[in-house]
Amino acid sequence: MSKDDKIIQEVAGSEYKYGWVSDLDEDRIAPGLSEETIRFISAKKEEPEWLLEWRLKAYRQWLKMTPPAWQNLDIPPIDFQAISYYAAPKPKKKLESLDEVDPDLLATFEKLGISLEEQKRLTGVAVDAVIDSVSVTTTFKEKLGELGVIFCSMSEAVREHPELVKKYLGRVVPPTDNFYAALNSAVFSDGSFAYIPKGVRCPMELSTYFRINAAGTGQFERTLIVAEEGSYVSYLEGCTAPQRDENQLHAAVVELIAFDDAEIKYSTVQNWYPGDKNGVGGVYNFVTKRGICEGRRSKISWTQVETGSAITWKYPSCILKGDDSIGEFYSVALTRNRQQADTGTKMIHLGKNTRSRIISKGISAGQSQNSYRGLVSINKGAENARNYSQCDSLLLGDRCGAHTFPYLDCSNPTAQIEHEATTSKIGEDVLFYCRQRGMDEEEATALIINGFSREVLKKLPMEFAVEAQKLLAISLEGSVG
Amino acid sequence: MALLEIKDLYASIDGNEILKGVNLKVNKGEIHAIMGPNGSGKSTLASVIAGREEYEVTKGSVLFEGKDLLALAPEERAREGIFLAFQYPVEIPGVSTANFIKASVNEIRKHRGEEPLDAASMMRLMKEKLALVEMDKSFLSRSVNEGFSGGEKKRNEIFQMAVMQPKLAVLDETDSGLDIDALKIVANGVNKLHNEENAFLVITHYQRLLDYIVPDKVHVLLNGRIVKSGGKELALDLEERGYDWIKEELEAGAPQNS
Repeated sequence: MSKDDKIIQEVAGSEYKYGWVSDLDEDRIAPGLSEETIRFISAKKEEPEWLLEWRLKAYRQWLKMTPPAWQNLDIPPIDFQAISYYAAPKPKKKLESLDEVDPDLLATFEKLGISLEEQKRLTGVAVDAVIDSVSVTTTFKEKLGELGVIFCSMSEAVREHPELVKKYLGRVVPPTDNFYAALNSAVFSDGSFAYIPKGVRCPMELSTYFRINAAGTGQFERTLIVAEEGSYVSYLEGCTAPQRDENQLHAAVVELIAFDDAEIKYSTVQNWYPGDKNGVGGVYNFVTKRGICEGRRSKISWTQVETGSAITWKYPSCILKGDDSIGEFYSVALTRNRQQADTGTKMIHLGKNTRSRIISKGISAGQSQNSYRGLVSINKGAENARNYSQCDSLLLGDRCGAHTFPYLDCSNPTAQIEHEATTSKIGEDVLFYCRQRGMDEEEATALIINGFSREVLKKLPMEFAVEAQKLLAISLEGSVG
Repeated sequence: MALLEIKDLYASIDGNEILKGVNLKVNKGEIHAIMGPNGSGKSTLASVIAGREEYEVTKGSVLFEGKDLLALAPEERAREGIFLAFQYPVEIPGVSTANFIKASVNEIRKHRGEEPLDAASMMRLMKEKLALVEMDKSFLSRSVNEGFSGGEKKRNEIFQMAVMQPKLAVLDETDSGLDIDALKIVANGVNKLHNEENAFLVITHYQRLLDYIVPDKVHVLLNGRIVKSGGKELALDLEERGYDWIKEELEAGAPQNS
């Protein structure tokens, strides 16, 4: 092996930083999935009857479904009866303020670099923190409340704003949309809910931090964001999980709805535990994310930085229903060791003059496999629809794979569609140039990768862009303790 | 002690021997020019000094301030104060020139046990050095060399050199592809940076750069060896008479140092 290969192997095989386990007192149910399990979850969350029925309907459908098999992933069979579908840190009493939050929990989030303290106000970010199955705290509720913005956990939304939840839940991702969405609909435990009233520009970033803590559990959160006419919201989610030898299932559903002239910006920094060098352990991240641009001139923008998870199956999509609506997808997916990712987007053009833009940057290292899969669909009525797609892949070393699967389905002759794709390796010349300027190979690689990803990173809210940049560097450097 | 001392250096790439016993000594404060026809090994010499790994040193030694340079990785050589102005500077998409230089300067500072420069000082330093090569500050936000003209790329090299203040700068055919105005800017940059504490090794094909950068010594590299050394007037001789007369001298067994 040449020296370069060795360094690439080193940088591509660095340690996971968030792999510790918090010693929290957990309230959880035994593994297994049945109607009983669902009744238990629903009762635990004091849900109304209609929601229980909704769950059960999804469950009955799920029983008839089979896992999707079209993706370019090697997914070992999952024993759904071996998973515990509900785990929550105790105590279960309702929290009135942060002061009542378990100090161990606060410490957990501090360790993750997320301060739930009120001084977080300074950074202008409202945080909802979800551990395992439940939301443990939401900051800045009052301040947001003054503007009529609702930002709370899904459980709380079900209790406090049942009419909104009932109206919109499942509207973009129907309970039986696909195998994992159906499973989520049956057993979802918590997640975030945001509602931005007409004409309101949400003054701070809304952010949810997801963490899987308990062993043997799955995480099935459900997020719903509704932006009324003329409103704007920027939302960010981050995810980490402990290092475990078992595989943990994360099957989330995210639904976004944007009415006339509304804009939703949804950013994800996904860093679930990716498994070890040999591919043991890690999170299966099987997520359905979809937004509908319901109104005219509405806009939904997905930005994702995916560095974690053993297997990623995820296609944040936009249904461009309103005339002149815009959908965007910006993605950086980095895989290393034996990680697998099959990720991309669907842009469904229904309305007139709808526009979509797809920028995907895939970085593969180690023995990983990284696929971009994207659909651009122009329906008959979508006069003058436009799409631009750009998919770039960067390979580190010669044992990894990069794949691109673009699908195009055009039923209107006025459409303009552009697709560009490149695959490259980090050039020896570029590395040497950086080294001649005093940078070591790891630093140079991180710099080059950040440059490669820049178009996507700059779409992230400022404070998270810095975090994401570091994450990309850390994911590649061997310097993480 | 010489700043750079090369003794009986042999180097090859893919099994082809390119350098066949180079001897060279450069002291602080000096400017040396290395001239020679295409394929004589000029760029190989620059690459070996900088530590390009495709080249294998099969014999000889290179000392930098008395230290064994060949034992160091390319980045360590850079941190010790060796700078190579590339003949073909690469493009790094998405990485701004400012960010690139910041990373570089801070690595070198770290090596010297200095704190990283704060943002304001860094910006001040860059702006000051930009003026030296008559570049606009908009260069800083552009991706490294991306979409730069040939002349801009070469000026960017001199700009980086000015920021990093190396002890030894190797200019690998920095004059190639430059028009006369750009050539003057590059030469002017070098002359302003030159002082009693540093040294320059100017590799060039043509004499014209040496109208502006006046060397203390001129060496002729031919077939992997320095076959003739002299003062700045040697460059003029070469311009006038080409290299053939040196080859003839060699064949006739004439003394190699005039």
